[in-house]
Amino acid sequence: MNYFDHAATTPMRAEVLEAMTPYLLEQYGNPSSIHGIGRTARAALDASRRTLATWIGATPNEIVFTSGGTESDNYALFGTVYANQHKGKHVITTKIEHHAVLHAMEQLEREGFDVTYLDVDETGAVTLESVRDALRDDTILVSVMYGNNEVGTIQPIEQIGALLADHQAYFHTDAVQALGTETIDVKVLGIDLLSASAHKINGPKGIGFLFIKTGVKLATRSFGGQQERKRRAGTENVPGAVGFQQAAELAKIERAERVNVYQQMAEALFGRLDELGVEYDVNGANRLPHIVNLYLPGIELEPFLIMMDMRGFAISSGSACTAGSIEPSHVLTAMFGTSDRTKQSVRISFGHGNSVEDVERLAERLSEVVSTFTNGVR
Amino acid sequence: MNLRTKAPAETTVVVGMSGGVDSSVTAHLLKEQGYNVIGIFMKNWDDTDENGVCTATEDYEDVIAVANQIGIPYYAVNFEKEYWDRVFEYFLAEYRLGRTPNPDVMCNKEIKFKAFLDHALRLGADFVATGHYARVEYVDGEHRLLRGKDDNKDQTYFLNQLSQDQLARTMFPIGHMDKKDVRVIAEEAGLATAKKKDSTGICFIGERNFKEFLSEYLPSQPGIMQTLDGEQKGNHDGLMYYTLGQRHGLGIGGDGDPWFVVGKNVEENILYVGQGFHHDALYSDALLASKLSWTGAVPTGEFRATAKFRYRQQDVPVTIAPLENGEVLVKFDEPQRAITPGQAVVFYDGDICLGGATIDEAYRNGKRLDYIG
Repeated sequence: MNYFDHAATTPMRAEVLEAMTPYLLEQYGNPSSIHGIGRTARAALDASRRTLATWIGATPNEIVFTSGGTESDNYALFGTVYANQHKGKHVITTKIEHHAVLHAMEQLEREGFDVTYLDVDETGAVTLESVRDALRDDTILVSVMYGNNEVGTIQPIEQIGALLADHQAYFHTDAVQALGTETIDVKVLGIDLLSASAHKINGPKGIGFLFIKTGVKLATRSFGGQQERKRRAGTENVPGAVGFQQAAELAKIERAERVNVYQQMAEALFGRLDELGVEYDVNGANRLPHIVNLYLPGIELEPFLIMMDMRGFAISSGSACTAGSIEPSHVLTAMFGTSDRTKQSVRISFGHGNSVEDVERLAERLSEVVSTFTNGVR
Repeated sequence: MNLRTKAPAETTVVVGMSGGVDSSVTAHLLKEQGYNVIGIFMKNWDDTDENGVCTATEDYEDVIAVANQIGIPYYAVNFEKEYWDRVFEYFLAEYRLGRTPNPDVMCNKEIKFKAFLDHALRLGADFVATGHYARVEYVDGEHRLLRGKDDNKDQTYFLNQLSQDQLARTMFPIGHMDKKDVRVIAEEAGLATAKKKDSTGICFIGERNFKEFLSEYLPSQPGIMQTLDGEQKGNHDGLMYYTLGQRHGLGIGGDGDPWFVVGKNVEENILYVGQGFHHDALYSDALLASKLSWTGAVPTGEFRATAKFRYRQQDVPVTIAPLENGEVLVKFDEPQRAITPGQAVVFYDGDICLGGATIDEAYRNGKRLDYIG
């Protein structure tokens, strides 16, 4: 299988597994326990917390472990609005957020909050002006993702952070897709809340964190034990945290190199497609380097993806409904309206394990499958 | 062209998997026989439950479970637009005319063996396979559509519109089996759907109330219920809710035999009723049908065969006369009850399903029964 769907999830690195293994087999203690094995687990958890905090320019007590990006987003949104609803009921977000944010926002609306969904331009970016225009005295939260998971477009996070510096609204960003390739310092960027997940950066599934800036009030949504300073009850996922730590360390060391490699891969993809005479356009601009969303005029999405799968190439598009059929992407719809472009675009996402040669082969398969649609050949 | 001689290992078959036991066993058998099998779930209807979950979800979940058990790739494909345009619009149009359409016949003709078949061929498949109780055999240079071996389950009635081109690309791997044996195979293979209840009714309506469903799409126009002699017997809820020969839901009591629907006057919105199952007005000795289609060679001139006028009915001897305008006149040896416009008339020569057409008119003694709508 040639895997080009790293924006969906990534393979775990061997180093990560190696780091985790002792905490699954030998150091299996509960960090809350008062005995030695518990203390060992606690020490590992805190070490992970320190590494992750440093990674984004935070302090360890600002990091709350969660089960992943979705839980982090949900906690950030519901936690802030319920702790701050006395200051207002208005929330701002964008039309291109991950469903973990969008569907949570829809629920907030049902619960009586007033949500503004900002439009994006044709590159998939929100403008600072649109945030400024939407901002009201009773706005309590602004949630804008760092880099989009479908088209990769990086949002004006620093400017929004600066804009909100002297406003009561908290600033949340879902950085799940961006953490592997971007340097993020929450203090520099003016971020109050940030969601992260391990499995998008070659870490294990089932672990993520929410950065909560000191002083930000969140209503607790999870009751039970006193873990995570009573912010998230439940026995901590110590092996997961250790794995996340290792994955973050690798990401930090290799970041510049990965960015460079992904840029080469994108160039190789475009170059080969050009050589093969494939008509295409890239959706999104100022992209996260590992995500390339291609508009391939004339294709039909469902058979296209099946044919790529049959050739052993994993790529993706939009999202599937619960009955499996592919729905037009809300991100592309926000960018292009009801244009056919939303139904003729696929996402390719690079990652660890891909080579430039793999990408050239991918381009060849794409060309072959595109031609079955554009040449009327069966 | 006969692809059936191709070695299984070199033959790719796309199975239309519905999440039911029949299509599960279909995929399982083909895989056992060594074919390259791909399971595809068709999502033909856009509907969500009170929690916003697609109603097709449970069925798709079953497709996933079975495909993983068998060890085949699975996908879903969306034919909602095709289904709406080519099946549902027809379905509504027929009801507007006071007729009783057969959406399953249309679904096979336009979706399963057209849109879906085209989709499969584009993927590079040699065949599509479904869990229908019917058989296809290549005899004398012709792909013959044959009745399913299980008399109770034979589904050729719904497949009557298939052409040679469609049949050439079709497999019905359970057509030679009895339903109970299909269940046994499913159980022996431990398939997740082995004990799943068979679906009933029209697929897009499911278990819902038919009347309520139809009223969401067509305005119901209540009117008068009367005998053919003009005696008013009550009121009806809308002609589309009734079909010829129907007994239930009339709400006419009183002495004597039960009452039945014997006709409709669409212009004046009148439902005709008559007393007794064998009411004379329900009987005819010939019919005229259109949208004629043959599964094999097109017959020239009049010929003898048998015919069915509705599903789950014994076929009866008839004389078939194709007309020059593409319609067909079918004369029955014995008068038949409740020949219903909109339903299919399907022709057989022994086990061979020859084709069929859509019933438009019924006749008795050369006179058209204008009261049946």
